[in-house]
Amino acid sequence: MAGTGRAGNVTRREALIGAGAAGASLMLPGGSAFAQGAKPAELKVGIATYLSGPASVFGVPGRQTAEMLFDEINAAGGISGIKVRPIFVDEGPGVDHVVGEYRRLVQSEGVHLIFAAISSADCIACAPLADELKRPTLLWDCGTQRIFEDNRYSYAFRTQANATPEILAALLYLLKVKPDFKSIAVINQDYAWGRDSWDIFRTAMNTLKPGVKISAELFPRFGATDFSTEITRVLALRPDVVLSTSWGGDLDALIRQASDRKLFERATFVMPLAESSLQRVGKALPAGHIVGARGDHWFLHPSPADPERLKRFSDTYKAKYNAWPIYPCFHMAQAVSAMKAGIEKAVAAKNGGWPTDAELAAAFKGLEFPSPTASVRIREDGQGLENQLIGTTLHSDKYPFPVLTDMIVFPAESVTTPVGQKSADWLKTLTPDMVAKLPQAQAFKS
Amino acid sequence: MAWLSENGILVGLALLDGLSYAAAVFMVAVGLNLVFGVLRVLNVAHGSLYAIGGYTAASIGLFAASLGAPPWLGLPILLAASVLVGVVLGPLIERLLLRRMQDREPVLQLLVTFALFMILEDLQKLVWGVQPVVFDAPLKWLGTVDVPFGTDVIPFTAYQLYVLPGVALATLAILAYVLRYTLTGRMVVAVTVDREAARAMGIDAAKVTMLTFTVGAALAALGGALAAPTVSLVPGVGASTIVLSFAVVATAGLGQIEGAAVAALLIGLGRSFAVYVAPEFEVVVPYAIMVAVLLFRPQGLFGVAETRRI
Repeated sequence: MAGTGRAGNVTRREALIGAGAAGASLMLPGGSAFAQGAKPAELKVGIATYLSGPASVFGVPGRQTAEMLFDEINAAGGISGIKVRPIFVDEGPGVDHVVGEYRRLVQSEGVHLIFAAISSADCIACAPLADELKRPTLLWDCGTQRIFEDNRYSYAFRTQANATPEILAALLYLLKVKPDFKSIAVINQDYAWGRDSWDIFRTAMNTLKPGVKISAELFPRFGATDFSTEITRVLALRPDVVLSTSWGGDLDALIRQASDRKLFERATFVMPLAESSLQRVGKALPAGHIVGARGDHWFLHPSPADPERLKRFSDTYKAKYNAWPIYPCFHMAQAVSAMKAGIEKAVAAKNGGWPTDAELAAAFKGLEFPSPTASVRIREDGQGLENQLIGTTLHSDKYPFPVLTDMIVFPAESVTTPVGQKSADWLKTLTPDMVAKLPQAQAFKS
Repeated sequence: MAWLSENGILVGLALLDGLSYAAAVFMVAVGLNLVFGVLRVLNVAHGSLYAIGGYTAASIGLFAASLGAPPWLGLPILLAASVLVGVVLGPLIERLLLRRMQDREPVLQLLVTFALFMILEDLQKLVWGVQPVVFDAPLKWLGTVDVPFGTDVIPFTAYQLYVLPGVALATLAILAYVLRYTLTGRMVVAVTVDREAARAMGIDAAKVTMLTFTVGAALAALGGALAAPTVSLVPGVGASTIVLSFAVVATAGLGQIEGAAVAALLIGLGRSFAVYVAPEFEVVVPYAIMVAVLLFRPQGLFGVAETRRI
């Protein structure tokens, strides 16, 4: 048949036109089956997470949680009868790689939703892509508050809190339990999160308790393994409080080295992300220090909305992966829950018909969905409202690592920057009576 | 001088921190430099050997501890794990990969070791996963030392004050002795200076190369093993280590053993003083020192400028 100009009963010209049209439908935004409102054979979800590099300590538990929950959904018949399939991409190689992968997921893989990402830089790059390619995107773990304060998006939504409530809650807790502290030192990782989180803490601290002496601002290299010089410096300066928003191997090493050199005996540590390190550092982290979990994530939450749901989630994860779930697991669970609730809401709005991408995106605005511990509501600006849990470490015979006691669960609205305002401005309007109005602390129950 | 009298004790503390940091950095850089001297290959996979050394030491140490081994046994385990990694991986990498690349372009050699680095990074994740691993029994067993600070004391770990600098000094002394006063060492030096002439004199250059690479690999692994009690081993630890090691090697001059010690000391002390005086420059100080040295001595502090062979 070669050279005849015909392929079966289709001319070369027709074949070219057909191929061009098919290609265009792939390349154009909204080219998926969703855009037409047709029910897909399966629901493909692109998930950006760290599978390599230091942040894989969060990324891999996130992936494991997604796999566990997707299996559960499929075992129960899928979402509105459609099976779900995750397609994971690695954030490790950097922002350019994630942006390329985002486009590939939409244009080649034809994913219906995207969960992006752990890195704030990746989220900042992906949110505009969501609008450009018109693909509903759930920002599942990244913390920067700037995304929805600086821009508005129609297709990007965050299914958890952001840095402002996560850091502000830790400061409020410190002001509640140690109101007389006079000096503070900070040891944060030298990258955007380390610097930005310190800016939030310092701005709020200067508003709520002006006059605190900042003894040292130390920003060791991201990925540093040796903090001995920083620890010596802080030991010599003797601040009342040491703040560290570090995470992963950096935080583990800092905790161990500070413990070995008795720094925990000289200062109260405030570590808003340390819930994710507790099981690894074990009792090297002494009792009496302040720990947060980037939300109200704690497998021993003192007052979960649905205790059975939290227990089932925690026990299943522990049985499958031999560790209790840490905050990225909870964040992933929230994204999965939001996806399910959003699709079901959109399907219900069409009386059982399948939504287009735009209709699905619209369903996420104002959506309230259950989390393993409470519920999360996505505001009109796309930002999730999530409670914050901060507690104090306690050594218990029940666990080989510190647990939390004197836990305060901060209602999301009380610590989140209101819609339309910027955190840097809002934090300057806080008043010290906030501390007096904090909810009652709840003790660890064995 | 007024600043020094007011802050003399702080300078002392910074010196202690700097020495310990320099010792840790030297342990990695010296192997890299030794290998470059003989093979003329800048081995990027050296960072992976560091990480694998750390992970292996931690795994064996944790296994021994689970069997009820006394904590002091952790110290010989660190050494044994390094030798194990060097002896197993060193000859394998040299024989299967580097020997085939010996007469290729330096860029190609660099790329091949980079590829090996990536493969070993993945292998490391396959074996040890992504969760941080730590083995601090030897550090805890040695305890702390209170260093006087005015009316106060500053606790340092004995491991940091004695073991790290002690092992680094011993390594330097043994290498210097072996290279200068033993037949094997002189053969290594001969191959380093002129491979062709050394072979013409009957030296088995291939054997010397394999031996040197094995020692270099073991030194990288020893660096990782010594770090294991103080750091959390995570994916990427090899990459961050190799970058700093390159800075030390470039500052010292490629192939210079004693030079690596001096450069590690310069960088260690520089970084330590930065934390005390201008912490915002902590991260850049090692590289600023490297750039400053290379501006005035492109061959490094102790490197010898070579005329190009046509």
